[in-house]
Amino acid sequence: MQRGNKTKKHWLWLAGLGAISSIVLLSECAKGPDALGTALPDVVDFNFHVKPILSDRCFKCHGPDAQKREADLRLDTKEGLFQALEKHKDQFVVVPGNPEGSEMWRRLIHEDPDQLMPPPNSNLSLNETEKTIIRRWIAQGAKYQKHWAFILPKKAPLPKVKHENWDSPIDRWVLSKMQDLRLQPNDREEWPRLIRRVCLDLTGLPPTEAVMKKFGADDSPANYRRLVDYLLKQPTFGERMATHWLDVSRYADSHGYQDDGPRTMWPWRDWVIHAFNTNMPFNRFVSWQLAGDLLPNPTKEMLLATGFNRNHKITQEGGVIQEEYRIEYVTDRTNTFSKAFMGLTMECSKCHDHKYDPITQKEYFELFSFFNSVPEVGLYGDISAVSLADPPRMYIHNATVRDTLPFINKKPMDTAVVMIMEEMAKPRTTFVLKRGQYDAHGDSVERGTPKSVLAFDKKFKADRAGLADWLFSPKHPLTARVFTNRMWMEFFGTGIVKSSEDFGNQGELPTHPELLDWLAVDFRDNGWDVKRLIRQIVLSETYQQSAAISKRKQEVDPENRYLARGPRMRMSAEMIRDNWLATSNLINPEVGGPSVKPYQPEGLWEDTNPGRGPLMFYKQDKKEKLYRRSLYTFWKRTAPPPFMLTFDAPMRDYCTPKRTRTNTPLQALNMLNDPQMLEAARWLAANLLKKTGNGETAVSKAFERILTRSPESSELKQLLAYYQARRKELQSDKNRAEKMLQVGEVAQAKGVNPSECAALSEVVQIIYNMDETITK
Amino acid sequence: MQKEILESKLNINRRAFFSKMSIGIGSLALGSLLIPDLWKGNDDDMAALLPGLSHFAPKAKRIIYLFQSGAPSQLETFDYKPKLREMFGQELPASIRQGQRLTGMTSGQTAFPIAPSYINFKQYGQNGTWISDFFPHIGKIADDICVIRTLNTEAINHDPAITFFQTGNQQSGRPSMGAWMSYGLGSENENLPAFMVLTSRGKGNSQGLYAHLWGSGFLDSVHQGVMLRGGKNPVLYLKDPEGMSQAERRQMLDQIAALNQNSYEQMGDPETLARIQQYEMAYRMQTSVPELMDLKDESDSTVKLYGPDCLVPGTYAANCLLARRLAERGVRFVQLYHQGWDQHGNLPNEMGGQAKDVDQASAALITDLKQRGLLEDTLVIWGGEFGRTVFCQGEFKADNYGRDHHPRCFSIWMAGGGIKPGITYGETDDFSYNVVKDPVHIHDFQATIMNLMGIDHEKLIFKHQGRRYRLTDVSGKIVPGIMA
Repeated sequence: MQRGNKTKKHWLWLAGLGAISSIVLLSECAKGPDALGTALPDVVDFNFHVKPILSDRCFKCHGPDAQKREADLRLDTKEGLFQALEKHKDQFVVVPGNPEGSEMWRRLIHEDPDQLMPPPNSNLSLNETEKTIIRRWIAQGAKYQKHWAFILPKKAPLPKVKHENWDSPIDRWVLSKMQDLRLQPNDREEWPRLIRRVCLDLTGLPPTEAVMKKFGADDSPANYRRLVDYLLKQPTFGERMATHWLDVSRYADSHGYQDDGPRTMWPWRDWVIHAFNTNMPFNRFVSWQLAGDLLPNPTKEMLLATGFNRNHKITQEGGVIQEEYRIEYVTDRTNTFSKAFMGLTMECSKCHDHKYDPITQKEYFELFSFFNSVPEVGLYGDISAVSLADPPRMYIHNATVRDTLPFINKKPMDTAVVMIMEEMAKPRTTFVLKRGQYDAHGDSVERGTPKSVLAFDKKFKADRAGLADWLFSPKHPLTARVFTNRMWMEFFGTGIVKSSEDFGNQGELPTHPELLDWLAVDFRDNGWDVKRLIRQIVLSETYQQSAAISKRKQEVDPENRYLARGPRMRMSAEMIRDNWLATSNLINPEVGGPSVKPYQPEGLWEDTNPGRGPLMFYKQDKKEKLYRRSLYTFWKRTAPPPFMLTFDAPMRDYCTPKRTRTNTPLQALNMLNDPQMLEAARWLAANLLKKTGNGETAVSKAFERILTRSPESSELKQLLAYYQARRKELQSDKNRAEKMLQVGEVAQAKGVNPSECAALSEVVQIIYNMDETITK
Repeated sequence: MQKEILESKLNINRRAFFSKMSIGIGSLALGSLLIPDLWKGNDDDMAALLPGLSHFAPKAKRIIYLFQSGAPSQLETFDYKPKLREMFGQELPASIRQGQRLTGMTSGQTAFPIAPSYINFKQYGQNGTWISDFFPHIGKIADDICVIRTLNTEAINHDPAITFFQTGNQQSGRPSMGAWMSYGLGSENENLPAFMVLTSRGKGNSQGLYAHLWGSGFLDSVHQGVMLRGGKNPVLYLKDPEGMSQAERRQMLDQIAALNQNSYEQMGDPETLARIQQYEMAYRMQTSVPELMDLKDESDSTVKLYGPDCLVPGTYAANCLLARRLAERGVRFVQLYHQGWDQHGNLPNEMGGQAKDVDQASAALITDLKQRGLLEDTLVIWGGEFGRTVFCQGEFKADNYGRDHHPRCFSIWMAGGGIKPGITYGETDDFSYNVVKDPVHIHDFQATIMNLMGIDHEKLIFKHQGRRYRLTDVSGKIVPGIMA
């Protein structure tokens, strides 16, 4: 099954090289993988072509992990690649310009299975193309490069392109790559579709009626800019951005292990929304979360921000060994830090040196030690404890909200207790834990960071505040790249680096490396201004393109990595549900506050609960709480909201920067029969009927409300025919019609004809189920 | 149906699909519309998918896992230790305990008195398998099952232990066994998911279950276990709104499909075609699931076999009967959980109740599968997440005692596809504290299961964040001694 890989690698070659005889190649490519043998790069690039092969097939035994290194040979460093052989000091692993004289090449093609590399029993092998790449690299002089993501990004001179309007830096880089591939960009998206796209992307909601009224008529670029600026100022922007950050931060409303009691972290979530809405610079946003408690004269807001590092799971299982779980929590913080901010999978190096990336086990525990001095225990209180906010914690009283934290949506009521970070007066000694085991102490270590990324200079304070300074040092190669890439992913569906959680040797390579670097440097040099970055992205011509897919573009670039068309993807779970609430006007726009429990199929918590604790039973909320935006839905980790899981939200057990996107029958069932959707449909139907006084007009209005465009004549004809037929059927079955209008808790509007309303609500259900409706 | 899929696939011209075709997956996994990778053209996924398939001729096609959550004591089920009678109340020798770490519940205990089993054992079957009097029905199928007395694990608390069993790792986040099977082998039934989960609860002290136990981890969420629940909505949102007829649903789906087709023609996004297919599959599930749940075609003798509880939705017996029906329909992995086996105290009393819940139906499932010729290619597993200590926890009387968690040895049984029937495998010491002969680590158990399913556990891998993951992590040896 190397064939599939071949196909993908092929694209990476294109990315790295740009100018190969594209036309021939692309048509070859479309014929199928067998034709790919011809797709060899003329000039082989170490980072783009050679190292992905070495990393994937060789590093496991000849890489960074000193414990498992075979024959004392490592291929992940320059020294290793060009070193003399252990037994034959006159021979070398790689001899630049001389494949036949290079032991590496000889071993790759050896006829003796005992000599062949990788060994047949490893289940790893190189295909012919990959072998040829290695050979060509050696023949061309075997130029070595440091891992691309560990080199400090620089702005390269912008490429020259010829295309009207496509002159922003983003557009020039994207277009230049397109031109290498002989692709032409699409035209601008139709105006109503573009409004819908940018509203969903910036606020997580479809355009409001106010937006359509204000901006709907004028499709000029100037008006689009005004629309973007308007949306960036809406409080819904912060909610939309927070949704992504909750995945990164493994936010939940329960502790997570088996007894799974509730916790009160929502004030921290309210702070995240507030931070995005006030456009807090990203460096401050992260530094407060990492080290708010250690900054000079920390405010309550800074303390609250540190809740980030307490969002991990916490056990309440009686009988656990305290230290085993305390170590789990510190591990989680360490892994989250590296994955969330640096796109590195440090967890691999907890038990042994990293197999693929230059991170030693010692370095893992040096980083671990920053998070190891919290005055906490593994098991604080079991499920019967009064407060499930394990210390350290802060108390938020009504007065606190009034005087210092006004963005917290706390009703005058009990004090909210939130878990936060604190540093012990005398830090714990951190040891390397052999095999990662909590009680197998090895050598003690000092605080530090992986040297291959950026050494921890003495000028940084050896605590979390210093670590935050290190992360945002202008010499740090990863921080800005990782975040700008994630933002790109939020808008285009896929990052410039597809593996947005892994920038290491095993991660994917950027399709547009110069663009990524440009974005990263620009973001860093402009005060880590998040709204500015997002504005640049959505104002690009690239983003504004039509999403229509021509046959050729589908063949050449099925995943739209090269962006010769606008982004098109299924909406997130939150957006799908919020879209029902918003288009039906059922939505409750309240921002923040305690999480809520909307409709959920009966018995889901009851079926699996441990038989104790406050979350044994799902007690559905009433009235306006049923219509809060989805990011406020109560997240019980051992039984998350089923709707969210069905639509690919992560479990929130760990930091998850990237969601998968599937398309399943369970989603279809959910879309067809969720009472939240059925209620929204009947509510919208009733209100449109009241407003228009005419079912036929209402059909068209419903379509416009949900899809932000007028139906085409064929669409309208179809829906009208259906509506009229159903109305007739339901007129002879009034009971049935009445019944259909009872789903959900909102009272049925008075003064509408039940059969008309029921028939229209079915039409709305059909529109809600259209692919276009759940696609942005 | 297959033809339709093929045509759509050809229509959208995904390169990944061609590469699959060339290797012949076409005949294999197309039955499962639940495998989205067919649509996504995710090369990475596919690259990992194929190596898992047909490494060997499979001995089992499907698995029914009867998980006894909470950890039933091996000393009152299958690990007969008659010598303990004479040692009633004596301190467990330190030479046996060997400093084994204890949970926080007993680490403070000053004494570790030996508590022999309250219940008697009998020998059953041709090989004289020892089984406690709590399980007379399982006794009757002794010749069909293989008792393993030497399972062992590292975890000593429920959450990590059960997570380890199901995902190969103590901390959550990895795909569960069923998700791996769905991913590697797909479904044999195009109207049902490949991996289904049923839960029930006894009256004994219970521990919670967690969605990650049947989660898909880093695999696509489509591989996560689908809960099949008692009551009118066995699969979430399966049931149409009240009063809607099948014809009306069909009509509505046709409307949606027509609009989506129109959208496809304009936008050309293959994802839209896939969505049309998924709605069709949903529609078929609306028929196939109620059929599955409707027990009226079960004969009186079958009902008698499982016991009257099998007609009460949500009971273990009902779930066992459903498990057979799912097996008949080709569902790849059926996961049952029965809660309530955590006897830290009041063990004799609670275990009696728990055993009553599961004894007859567990045995009936084996008998029933056998009668229908399904046992030969269905692998059935019965067991919990760890064992229990020979010493007493808490109050200690001859007829009332408790046992704490014990990781070093415990008993499970397996039956069916590829398992050597009628044997007892592995030996523990006189205290059922340490393994004396033939240990079976959880990764060995998992490796063996995969082997029986025709999969090389070292080859069914998924590359996630640069690392190749597998169910057995970095270890696992097949156990030939239990294989037929």
